[in-house]
Amino acid sequence: MSSSSAFNDEKGGSSSVGEPEYGHDPASGGIFSSDYKRHDDLKEMLDSNKDSLKLEAMKRIVAMVARGKNASDLFPAVVKNVACKNIEVKKLVYVYLVRYAEEQQDLALLSISTFQRGLKDPNQLIRASALRVLSSIRVTIIVPIMMLAIKEAASDMSPYVRKTAAHAIPKLYSLDPEQKDQLIEVIEKLLADKTTLVAGSVVMAFEEVCPERIELIHKNYRKLCNLLIDVEEWGQVVIINMLTRYARTQFLNPNINESLLEEGGEKEFYASDDDEDDEEKKAEAAALAKRKPYVMDPDHRLLLRNTKPLLQSRNAAVVMAVAQLYFHLAPKAEVGVIAKALVRLLRSHSEVQYVVLQNVATMTIKRRGMFEPHLKSFYIRSTDPTQIKILKLEVLTNLASETNISTILREFQTYIKSMDKDFVAATIEAIGRCATNIGEVRDTCLNGLVQLLSNRDELVVAESVVVIKKLLQMQPEQHSEIIKHMAKLIDNIQVPMARASILWLIGEYCEHVPKIAPDVLRKMAKTFTNEEDIVKLQILNLAAKLYLTNSKQTKLLTQYVLNLAKYDQNYDIRDRARFIRQLIVPTDKSGALSKYAKKLFLALKPAPVLESPFKDRDHFQLGSLSHLLNTKAGGYQELPEWPDSAPDPSVRNVEVPEWSKCTSRKERKEKKVEKPFYSDSEGESGPTESADSESDSGSRSESDSEQTGSGSESEESVEESQSEEEEDEEEEKMKKKKKVDKSQPKKSESAESDQSSGEEQKKERKGVKQRRSGSESESEEESESESSESESGSEEDSESDTDTRKKKKTPASKPTAKDTKKESKKETKEISLLDLDDFAPTSSPQVTPVNNFLSSSLASDLEGLSLTDTVLAPTTIAPSASVRMYELLHRITGEGLGVEYCFNRQAFSPDPHMVAVQIHFTNNTSCETKNLHIEEPKLQSGMRIKEFPEIDMLPAGESVSVVMGIDFCDSTQAANFQLCTHTRKFFVSIQPPVGELMTPIFLTENEFKKEQGQLMGMNEISDKLTLGEKCQNDHSIIERVNATANLGRVPCGSDKDCRFAGKTVSSGSLVLVTVARKEGGGAQLTVNCEKMVIGTMLMKDILHALMQ
Amino acid sequence: MIHSLFLINNAGDIFLEKHWKSVISRSVCDYFFEAQEKAMEPDNVPPVIRTPHHYLINIYRDKIFFVSVIQTEVPPLFVIEFLHRVAEMFQDYFGDCSEVAIKDNVVIVYELLEEMLDNGFPLATESNILKELIKPPTILRSMVNSITGSSNVGETLPTGQLSTVPWRRAGVKYTNNEAYFDVVEEIDAILDKSGTTVFAEIQGVIDACVKLSGMPDLTLSFMNPRLLDDVSFHPCVRFKRWESERVLSFIPPDGNFRLMSYHVNAQNLVAIPVYVRQNISFFESGSSGRLDITLGPKQTMGKTVECVVVTVHMPKVVLNANLTATQGNYTYDPVTKILVWDIGKLNQQKLPNLKGSLSLQSGAPKPEENPSLNIDLKIQQLAISGLKVNRLDMYGEKYKPFKGVKYVTKAGNHGHFVVTNWKLHNILASPFYV
Repeated sequence: MSSSSAFNDEKGGSSSVGEPEYGHDPASGGIFSSDYKRHDDLKEMLDSNKDSLKLEAMKRIVAMVARGKNASDLFPAVVKNVACKNIEVKKLVYVYLVRYAEEQQDLALLSISTFQRGLKDPNQLIRASALRVLSSIRVTIIVPIMMLAIKEAASDMSPYVRKTAAHAIPKLYSLDPEQKDQLIEVIEKLLADKTTLVAGSVVMAFEEVCPERIELIHKNYRKLCNLLIDVEEWGQVVIINMLTRYARTQFLNPNINESLLEEGGEKEFYASDDDEDDEEKKAEAAALAKRKPYVMDPDHRLLLRNTKPLLQSRNAAVVMAVAQLYFHLAPKAEVGVIAKALVRLLRSHSEVQYVVLQNVATMTIKRRGMFEPHLKSFYIRSTDPTQIKILKLEVLTNLASETNISTILREFQTYIKSMDKDFVAATIEAIGRCATNIGEVRDTCLNGLVQLLSNRDELVVAESVVVIKKLLQMQPEQHSEIIKHMAKLIDNIQVPMARASILWLIGEYCEHVPKIAPDVLRKMAKTFTNEEDIVKLQILNLAAKLYLTNSKQTKLLTQYVLNLAKYDQNYDIRDRARFIRQLIVPTDKSGALSKYAKKLFLALKPAPVLESPFKDRDHFQLGSLSHLLNTKAGGYQELPEWPDSAPDPSVRNVEVPEWSKCTSRKERKEKKVEKPFYSDSEGESGPTESADSESDSGSRSESDSEQTGSGSESEESVEESQSEEEEDEEEEKMKKKKKVDKSQPKKSESAESDQSSGEEQKKERKGVKQRRSGSESESEEESESESSESESGSEEDSESDTDTRKKKKTPASKPTAKDTKKESKKETKEISLLDLDDFAPTSSPQVTPVNNFLSSSLASDLEGLSLTDTVLAPTTIAPSASVRMYELLHRITGEGLGVEYCFNRQAFSPDPHMVAVQIHFTNNTSCETKNLHIEEPKLQSGMRIKEFPEIDMLPAGESVSVVMGIDFCDSTQAANFQLCTHTRKFFVSIQPPVGELMTPIFLTENEFKKEQGQLMGMNEISDKLTLGEKCQNDHSIIERVNATANLGRVPCGSDKDCRFAGKTVSSGSLVLVTVARKEGGGAQLTVNCEKMVIGTMLMKDILHALMQ
Repeated sequence: MIHSLFLINNAGDIFLEKHWKSVISRSVCDYFFEAQEKAMEPDNVPPVIRTPHHYLINIYRDKIFFVSVIQTEVPPLFVIEFLHRVAEMFQDYFGDCSEVAIKDNVVIVYELLEEMLDNGFPLATESNILKELIKPPTILRSMVNSITGSSNVGETLPTGQLSTVPWRRAGVKYTNNEAYFDVVEEIDAILDKSGTTVFAEIQGVIDACVKLSGMPDLTLSFMNPRLLDDVSFHPCVRFKRWESERVLSFIPPDGNFRLMSYHVNAQNLVAIPVYVRQNISFFESGSSGRLDITLGPKQTMGKTVECVVVTVHMPKVVLNANLTATQGNYTYDPVTKILVWDIGKLNQQKLPNLKGSLSLQSGAPKPEENPSLNIDLKIQQLAISGLKVNRLDMYGEKYKPFKGVKYVTKAGNHGHFVVTNWKLHNILASPFYV
């Protein structure tokens, strides 16, 4: 950052974060010492215990970083705070760390362990942010760690973490390209991801790491097409660009046989296209003979159809991406749709206009017809910046045709009066181009330009001369008048380029103006020494040509000019003079060339072609940086040519996925909610199957019917609202209920075609309406009270606490269950049936595993309901075996007072997050002990204790039991406290075995499997073991596991497996244990738990118990 | 993708830099300064500048250049759109996007930039999500923060990013549930001297301010949706519903947002609400000129035309103007050569008139160009296209929201009338006339 010192910074006094002007600025050497002082002060603040001071220091440091000041010497002080609890301090430390880690690699390594810990945090957002920072630290040593972290995160259950993993891939790749192969594996895995959140990011990673591996896309192509509309804007751009390239390699050119397929409309539309097009068509016609008629691949069609709605995006980049896709991939007749959207972008910011106009300019060359209806949108405003004006001019010129040229020229003519001279010059050039392209107006243009020669503005005149010169070259014979006119101008016009052009013209066509030409040369000879170089060269040219055609009159003049040139300062001119002299003046030595002098000088010169600078730019993918610059930018992927024959389309086929695979509730919701928004599936056949594959639970028919249900629901709501505008509040409420009413029976129906189910629904609705009409007199209150009643009523099935919550959260997923309930109940449930309830304000639905656990599919819910009666009640599952007692205080150290404790495995009623500990006091002394109580608990942060009520008196020889609660925060840290009697204090501590930190919960087998599916990867620990001798049957396994850990048994079909489920008391994380017995006394033990520490410890304990 | 960002003020000071990948020296901005110098005006700086090792993509907004550094191929619009989104976010957070505001809030700016891009790829650009992550500064909060040392970084982690409605934050609660919609239309028209419309179109936007609790699902329908020629939507709008039924169905973001922009094209439909009679002429001798402008209302459907301002860009030779206005004030800036006549409300009975003489630079030839007039105006309670909102329905929540729709027609900012006075007399004499 040494360069930063070169920038003397402005006054930063206004900054609220202090005056961070104390970077190491050599220029301010005088205050070096104070600089260090200031930094010391920052260091002190960072070392302090107060978060507010740390925060203040970090803010000042970040402000320095923002200004480009060097703050690297604070690195050691800052990096210490990486584990700070305060979120904002932490964030700012991250910002700092990412900025300077590369410079201070050794010190940066100190922070790595914090992130590694963060990677295993139960909170997905913390995992994601840890991965984000870890992967942003550009230190080569940690490449293996990053690789591991990315791999793990790629199979994380949270889509957000997976998204972060996708972002991390290019970071690692740029740090160490050798990891490419491994990274491609991760990309491949993530490409198969079915969530919209991940799609954009992984395609971005694909484009940066392995854009050439196009085959990875095959299997995901249809899914990407179908997800596209729901992906966030930026992801859409990347995906569309990639799919454009993909389609170019996989499909046939849709325009190849177009003359056959779309004769009528097409021709009319593009009638104005020039000869080039005709040739094309001929060639195509020839090709046609060989080919069979073109049929578009359904996948190709899918892409076009699914991208089209995005033309309506508010994001200019998305619109442009779709536009280029259509331009490169769509049949000619369909490309037109993009014009309107592109024209819309012209009303956006000028930078957007600039880019869009560049692309439109390229498009107008190939497809003029498309933009012709929007001609007026390209008219230039006086307020446009010059660069925009010039681009618009370019587009207007490209759009000019016989039919609209008069309008365009009239418009051009007004532009010439503009005060912006660059723009005027460009306009004149544009007129010249119109004249060359459209024969009919050539004369008109020429006349107009000639009139401009009398313009007062010299620049206008000069530019006109240059353009006229070019035009005249096309048909000089007819225009000797103009040449004469221009010859006169030479007296007045001073712009060198214009003078040179006139001289060239006169020289070239001196035969048409035989009288004037020598006179012009005479004048020029006089002023020769004062002319600009390009003019001098043209004077020499003129002299030579005149000498060859009219040597009588001009011989002396030519000699004179050549002599002047001989002593010119510019060697080019001296050189030219020498060359011309040798060539035209015959001498003895003159070689064979001089014979051909006339041929050399007066050869017919081809007229210059006035071309658009945008011609042929479309070989770059439109919308790309390379196209804009007209050169290949680094990392640009060429747009491949269409293949001659289509590659095998079956590579995109995807096997029908297994429905048993379970995914989180959120994803299911996503489908349910979004489908009706954008549901795209009507009338789509094969290719949509991947869209359906998104749905992950329940049968396919179920999800289908659900979809149609909510779709028609909303349709109806509109209908109703239109017909019955004047309805009052109550009635509206009723309606809502009815609507839901309708959707319910439908859901239970099996899949039907959209239409029929819709109709049916309507009928049903009518029926309901009639039924309801009688009860409309019912007061609102009544129905409301009904609702509350039923809500509590529905829980009557004596379900555990968690089950209740489950019900509330996922009411939509269990409609059939409700069908069985009473009518009244149904009605009230309906309100919550609306999908939107799923968005009910839970602070972070994904974060705690409780919610995950709560998610359950329809099927399993039903199963759960039916099983509730048979499932063992919690009390019955509690271990019947005698509870193990632990010693808290030995009677010798306790001076006669013996204390033992045990975990009685009862819920601690005052606080459900606490573990109940039963304490048993025995008084072995001969006198009574008084005032037994707890004092001064010393606890780890977060741990809490609920003391037992003081025992007033314990008579000699007696014992007493009390219960206290301890929240261990799901750790096996000991709780330390003092046990006091009226005379003594004893320091004691209670350390729980890991198995006591949990409490059983009840899951069905399906639920268990589903939850287990979500706790894979890092969260699963598994080991083989040999079962102990006494432990060969189910009963003993259950007994031993139950003795070790407070878990509930999960009913299970197979007799080989024993499953147990529980959750930790404090945070409610799921704990799942599976013991699968194998032949010969072996077994496989699997523990799934989000808290990996607990999982590992529990594993050890159970292993130990089972192997005895 | 986006490697680094530099914010540069008009004076050429780099007052903020942020790098998302490895650090790029700020000397790369020298290429930008070079281009800026060449372009003379900020508007003319090319948005994409090529340097030997990088590409600079820049936007100019609110007197600040946002210069981003790119190393490899990326769609330029992607970057441009993103930079504008950044500027809008600053505006959203700090009220305006000025250099002072950015410097005052440099830490928040930095946090925002950190969240918006990850490795140069956009991560969170929805205002709703960002506001959950990083609270916008308010006077109260900054005071509380400075006393208690608490922070403006959200304590709870955002849910929006994880939800299926990524543009809406969860747990929204209001005591007054309200939804307001502003239908703002701008006319963009060019008239010729005789008052004939050469070109006219209407740009409209519907800006919404929705403060509703929970997860409301709104449906907005129009009386005459066929009027709309071209539309673009906020991502929350369900496109299929629009295609099939022409209604806007959406779960709104919380707070202010632009629901849709539209375009009404039909030439004859565009009723120009005012007419202008004008005569600006310059005399060949005596270095003077005359100006006479009268405005009158026309087709305003009974509504008052307000905030009428006429702007004339005079030719360079006009030294001063000596005019009298029957209504409003006029100013002439001899440096910029801009004549501004602020009329205010347009009076039906007494038409405002501006009349007088112009003094020209002596000896200079009579200016060739005839200045055109730009007219800005505003009409409350009227959408000039005739677009009308039919009704707004809410599903998914039980309360009854307060709803309101406001219509405004403007000719300003982007849209304006340009009354030219060259068209007619030139066309007849035109050598180009075919």
